[in-house]
Amino acid sequence: MIGTGISVNSITARRRHPLARLAVVALALGLLGGGYALFAPSNSADAAIASGKADDVAEGKSLFVAHCSSCHGMNAEGTPMGPPLVGVGAAAVDFQVSSGRMPAANPGPQMQRKPLGEWVTPEAINQLSAYIMSLGGGPQRPSAEMVDPAKGDAAKGGELFRANCIQCHNFVGAGGALTYGKYAPNLNESTPEQIYEAMVTGPQAMPVFNDSTITPEDKRNMIAYIVQMRELKDPGGFGLGRIGPVTEGLVVWIAGLSFMSLTAIWITAKKRKK
Amino acid sequence: MTTTLNNATLNNATLNGAALKETPKPIAGTASYLDDRLGAGSFLKRNLRKVFPDHWSFLLGEIALYSFIILLLTGTFLTFWFKPGMGHVVYDGPYQQLRGVTMSEAYASTLKISFEVRGGLLMRQMHHWAALLFVAGMMVHMLRVFFTGAYRKPRELNWIIGVLLLTLALAEGLTGYSLPDDLLSGAGLRITEGVAISLPLIGTYLTFFLFGGEYPGEDVIARFYSLHILLIPGILLALISAHMILMWVQKHTQMPGTGRSNTNVVGAPFYPAFMLKAGAYFLFTFTAIAGLGTFAQINPIWLFGPYTPSDISAGSQPDFYMGFLEGALRIMPAWEINFLGYTLPLSVLIPALVPMGIVMTGLALYPFLEQWVTGDRREHHIADRPRNNPHRTSIGISAVTFYGILWLLGANDEISAFFHIDLYHTTIFGRFAIILGPALAYAITYRICMGLQRKDADVMSHGVESGVIKRMPNGQYIEVHVPPAEDIADHLRGKALIPIVPGEADSEGIPPKGARSILGKARAMMSKKYGTEHIPLEEDGHGHGHAALGPGEGDHKEVH
Repeated sequence: MIGTGISVNSITARRRHPLARLAVVALALGLLGGGYALFAPSNSADAAIASGKADDVAEGKSLFVAHCSSCHGMNAEGTPMGPPLVGVGAAAVDFQVSSGRMPAANPGPQMQRKPLGEWVTPEAINQLSAYIMSLGGGPQRPSAEMVDPAKGDAAKGGELFRANCIQCHNFVGAGGALTYGKYAPNLNESTPEQIYEAMVTGPQAMPVFNDSTITPEDKRNMIAYIVQMRELKDPGGFGLGRIGPVTEGLVVWIAGLSFMSLTAIWITAKKRKK
Repeated sequence: MTTTLNNATLNNATLNGAALKETPKPIAGTASYLDDRLGAGSFLKRNLRKVFPDHWSFLLGEIALYSFIILLLTGTFLTFWFKPGMGHVVYDGPYQQLRGVTMSEAYASTLKISFEVRGGLLMRQMHHWAALLFVAGMMVHMLRVFFTGAYRKPRELNWIIGVLLLTLALAEGLTGYSLPDDLLSGAGLRITEGVAISLPLIGTYLTFFLFGGEYPGEDVIARFYSLHILLIPGILLALISAHMILMWVQKHTQMPGTGRSNTNVVGAPFYPAFMLKAGAYFLFTFTAIAGLGTFAQINPIWLFGPYTPSDISAGSQPDFYMGFLEGALRIMPAWEINFLGYTLPLSVLIPALVPMGIVMTGLALYPFLEQWVTGDRREHHIADRPRNNPHRTSIGISAVTFYGILWLLGANDEISAFFHIDLYHTTIFGRFAIILGPALAYAITYRICMGLQRKDADVMSHGVESGVIKRMPNGQYIEVHVPPAEDIADHLRGKALIPIVPGEADSEGIPPKGARSILGKARAMMSKKYGTEHIPLEEDGHGHGHAALGPGEGDHKEVH
């Protein structure tokens, strides 16, 4: 205040005005709310409420309490058993629940893909997503167009796939081992949407590839590559799991050498003299 | 030659219904023309009747021989289209998933062979399967020779040639699968570079010499190409010829049996019986390789993508014969020595050099070590049955276990991923197993050999179970044993004693001359261990009567 030319006394006096506290609170709330409305993703919980999906949030909460709260806490605040889910977004909910990884069957190094429970319907996932979004936003689920393999450039996606994914997921997404019992799963069962969501949310041991690391368009290219590779018919015969020389070695020893030994025994066999 | 032809023609050919009285002029003329100039007649006469003993395991080496022939043929086909260059090209071929991707000429031409050249993919796959079968065939052949003691005098040098062949085959394989310049083989090349650069003093220079500068450079594919298609196959061909000639001259070993001795060879003559079998076996080898090449995809480089030093895939493995080196690298603790600003990366040097050194040096030296321990300088033409030299067999199985554990752990990431075992548990298992496994294998094998020897001794002294149960006057039941068939008995009688160098002190307590030094004492001790006969074969003196003996005379052995 010194050197600004404004009387210190007058500010102090205004601060002590009976309505000053109210004004400051109003200003702060206004800035926060207004700022949030300006910068937050447009279709957040507010939007859900505005478009008449408030019920989804309530339904989602009851689903959450029934199926998720024992590990993640009654308000998704997290417990020693499971992380807080505030801010993980609809993408994480859809990835984990639609792949059967959540609700978890049993705690282990890593949650595994498994058949879906009876209550897991697209509608239930939407409701859970709405509830989680209402808690603190987070990455959204991609639109159908964003993950349409037909719209991607597979060759370009392949280069990105080799640079970013294969060190864990193998050349063609056949999966691979990680440390401490964790593993990078086989990508053959993942839907394009799940692949996208895994990239933006980084589930379990996987790092996050957000939009500044890999643009949504490049993500679609990668999805195109993954999908085309798993649909690619092996031109050379049986693919042997597409995991490289390990199965080739097994085949040459088990099939190749057994065949050679059996034929050797056959052509040197003699009738025993009685 | 001429006589053979004469007979054949006389027997088979007819002219206008009348039997020929002499060889037709075109045949006789050509034959004697060649014979006069090449002297081939007497050579063939002598060698076509060469006798080869018959045992299925004697054919295992031929797997490698015939695979090599198929490798030469398919490899020549591949050279017609392969471009060993590392110049950059942009792919515009029929494989959609790589269109527009920058890659080396080598990789692009391999894609071309796979997708555009007619029969190219089949030839590539046959070449690769033949390579795997080549090395696998060499390995089983070598194991057969080892466990039957067929490397003993006079065949030690041929054994050394075999060890050289195996070593060269590994180098041939490494240079071969690196050629397509794909992402998988690039990982192997990167390890090769890592090993070369980790060598003390010369590492950096050697790497720059090999790669023509910084890794990966622009030269290495072309250099590997020269090695792979010219130098190494040339040496392989020369050594294989030497291997065959020596085998031919020294004659093949035979299994012990009726009428077989150290001075004869019992079997079928080369022409026609053995030649027919060998020809058939070539066709079987061809069937195996063509069948695998047709139905089982191998080294699908289009799935791997072009090599970039910055990319690496999960599950990067070498071909099976390099697996033991990969495994050694994976279980090695991260040890290194830093001294005066120089680093000695033991975590790379030890796994790269020690297992290979143990296996190859051990193989090369074994015949000579055995000779030294047993003092046996005799010629051996009768093969040992593995059980009859239990220490040799145990050492062999020990080595197989050592190799096998390393090989298995070369795939520890796939094992971890597919059987859901913690990766680190496999590593820790490997670190213990590589020490304990061979020792355990030694003990178990030794027991099994002794058990089998006991079984043989039992057959010789008590005969074989006849299936006839006899009731004795006193109510006891026994199974009647009959003597073994003569050929089986002769086979068992082939058990030879292993010589032992003298080591016992004489009556005045002075050990013999050679056994006075520490080394001499150790030798005498090892020799005694190696050669002592624990279960001698005793022929049954009283034959058939034995089974009918009353109770109380070793009958517990007969009642089962």
